[in-house]
Amino acid sequence: MDPIAFGIVAACLLLAALFVVSSKNLVHAVLWLAVTLATTAVLFVLLQAPFLAGIQILLYTGGVITLMLFGVMLTRRHERVFIENETSSRRRVPGILAAAVLFGVIASATYKTPGLPTATGRGSVSTQEIGKAFLTDHLLAFEVLSILLLVAMIGAIVLARKADFGKERERVIPVRGEKAT
Amino acid sequence: MPLQPLLLLSAALFCVGIYGVVSRRNAVGVLLSVELMMNAVNINLVAFSHYHGSHVGQTFAVFSIALTVAEVVVGLALVILLYRAEKDVAVDGVQALKE
Repeated sequence: MDPIAFGIVAACLLLAALFVVSSKNLVHAVLWLAVTLATTAVLFVLLQAPFLAGIQILLYTGGVITLMLFGVMLTRRHERVFIENETSSRRRVPGILAAAVLFGVIASATYKTPGLPTATGRGSVSTQEIGKAFLTDHLLAFEVLSILLLVAMIGAIVLARKADFGKERERVIPVRGEKAT
Repeated sequence: MPLQPLLLLSAALFCVGIYGVVSRRNAVGVLLSVELMMNAVNINLVAFSHYHGSHVGQTFAVFSIALTVAEVVVGLALVILLYRAEKDVAVDGVQALKE
């Protein structure tokens, strides 16, 4: 991998990630997350993982960002878009501390671990290999994952549905009729 | 290029995510930060897969992406539920799981 290309991508990623956690307007934060995820797709291309880059764009930048935008817009309180005091110093200081300590630990561990690979392996992994691995070595995990997705879907519907949906409809319709008369 | 810069990049992204989780008041903001952390994990997996020349890391990354999407779906459902119960999605006031 070209070090210059890596440097550019890494700088973009970190900058966009910092905007995700610091921007006051939550819609902007979601859009910065989109930038972060798309840049990660570029990084995957640099790492010769084109299939994952495609999935990243399709699922994250397409699906998750749309969901997040819906989440922001469905839950905002007022017309104006956002909450003052989104971060207060009471929360910011412990956050910075936790992040700095963890980064220090991981960085020192990274440089002290012997036997990390220094050169790249045999090059690109083909999509064919990944597909075969899904249906042979990791078949059980693959099936469990599909059940998990189904359960998550049903769970989301059950959670987000109004508990007394039927009753509410009955209640709402006569009220409207009353207003009309 | 050695592997270390990639690991450091992913560690930095993860730590930015942790900062977001701790400092955001809005529940959707917390979910965004969790996304950042999951993304850092995926970068790690793909980097190791590339340097070892093995497909296992990428396969695992695909699983991880699918898990993240499921988590976002359930998380947003919970946020909407919270909004309906409290008319607000700030995470500091929330203590009850069930009304």
